[in-house]
Amino acid sequence: MNTPQHVLVVGASAAGLSTAEALRRKGFDGRLTLVGAESELPYDRPPLSKQVLSGAWDTTRAQLRPKEALDALAAEFVLGDPAVELDADGRRVRTASGLRVTADAIVIATGLKARELPDQAGMSGVHVIRTVGDAVRLRSALLKTERVVVVGDGVLGAETASTARSMGLEVCLVGPQPAPMTEQLGPLVADHLADLHRRHGVCLHSGVLLEGLVSRDGAVTGVRLSDGEDLPADVVVAAVGGLPATDWLADSGLRLDDGIVCDEHCRAAEGVWAVGDVARWHHQGLGRLLRLENRTNASEQALAVAADILGENRPYLPVPYFWTDQFDVKLQAYGLPSADSQAQIVEGDPGESRFVVRHNGPRGPMGVLGWKMPRQARLHRASIVDQYTRPPEPATP
Amino acid sequence: MKITVDEEKCCGAGQCVLIAPEVFDQRDDDGIVVLLEAEPAAEHQDVVRESASVCPAAAIHLDEKA
Ligand SMILES: Cc1cc2nc3c(=O)[nH]c(=O)nc-3n(C[C@H](O)[C@H](O)[C@H](O)COP(=O)(O)OP(=O)(O)OC[C@H]3O[C@@H](n4cnc5c(N)ncnc54)[C@H](O)[C@@H]3O)c2cc1C
Ligand code: SF4
Repeated sequence: MNTPQHVLVVGASAAGLSTAEALRRKGFDGRLTLVGAESELPYDRPPLSKQVLSGAWDTTRAQLRPKEALDALAAEFVLGDPAVELDADGRRVRTASGLRVTADAIVIATGLKARELPDQAGMSGVHVIRTVGDAVRLRSALLKTERVVVVGDGVLGAETASTARSMGLEVCLVGPQPAPMTEQLGPLVADHLADLHRRHGVCLHSGVLLEGLVSRDGAVTGVRLSDGEDLPADVVVAAVGGLPATDWLADSGLRLDDGIVCDEHCRAAEGVWAVGDVARWHHQGLGRLLRLENRTNASEQALAVAADILGENRPYLPVPYFWTDQFDVKLQAYGLPSADSQAQIVEGDPGESRFVVRHNGPRGPMGVLGWKMPRQARLHRASIVDQYTRPPEPATP
Repeated sequence: MKITVDEEKCCGAGQCVLIAPEVFDQRDDDGIVVLLEAEPAAEHQDVVRESASVCPAAAIHLDEKA
């Protein structure tokens, strides 16, 4: 493909902005347009459940880039105006305000929308946390209350529980797994995490489902659990995952299946790419479709997409990676755990609360987790790289 | 080019070290970034720009005019 004259990026957050930056860094000097639904200058989400929620940072500190750096991109920013329609063949996007933008290359970086609880509509006191507005609203609610229940035991729920507890609230964390984040961390490290939360006074309700919200006069008063228990709360946080923001693509002709389905180059169609939380691309090293919801992927995949737009033609083969901060623990997670892998301590000592665990699968090491050992975990990452970057051998007939 | 890092923003991800080990390292105890070369040599500047862009905490600032 020839180098495009005009690149349009839809979604102006981590993945979208990184794509624009990478294009410029690689020498693209054509027209560049970013269309974003939010009216704020691009900001970062990881601090929302950490420093912004705790009040350690004001919201401007979560901005991804200072204004001057955005200006230096020489891009046209159309903010606060969501795209509502894509014509993939014509490479044309229409926005809510009626703007029509045609480009040679379109990059979709619309991320996720927070999933809500089925009975939460119209009820006050129930919060999600995906946008800066959500974080600010939740913070002001937490400052006025004593009891919060966090529903959802994935990374966002566990992190929100830790921040709320550190603010001095009574916190219950509810979820279906045997321990928070078992799916992402494996049982050994998840048990450690459960201990950490208990030691800091979080009340854990693990292995239970939410039966429903309890309310009076339209305000939430607690939650009912599948084991019959009622937990009182003035504030409930729904941290039950996100849904790829693809509703606006319903008539685009793109293949949508838990995200935008892409090939190994993150191409969704001729001249159309997807990047970040919304992209489900073919990871050649794993030999399957993969969609990652983490911050590091947003910028790494952005680099790959920018390179592909400019004709470098290399498949995107990352080692998945995320981090989370809970209480005084920094957790780093490289690779993907699998149900049949064995955990092995490769550095440090769980008894001393600093260690690195490797998950060994049938094909070899697949994951490395660091508990308060970020640097050492990164060094052990080398032992799993091959599993992700070497395309699987073709099956012998 | 002059690099500054915001230690308070850095989340210890180490992406910068993977990309530009000549310029960045991490502290042993908490993984926070350590700047080895605040004014990197010309041959390292491209990877430094890549590190700044990939840093998931937006903690690396570059002054291209310095
Ligand atoms: C509270 C919180 C804490 C997190 N903490 C961590 C962490 O510790 N570590 C980690 O690795 N990851 C973390 N993540 C995940 C990380 O933030 C995401 O992976 C990252 O934000 C993905 O970037 P993205 O640009 O793909 O999507 P998003 O950040 O979701 O951005 C998508 C953008 O597109 C816009 N948009 C949506 N629809 C349209 C439309 N139709 N037209 C125009 N624009 C549109 C949205 O408004 C948004 O601005 C966290 C996420 C949250 C919410
Ligand atoms: S990439 Fe950014 S967050 Fe990670 S260690 Fe380097 S400076 Fe810190």
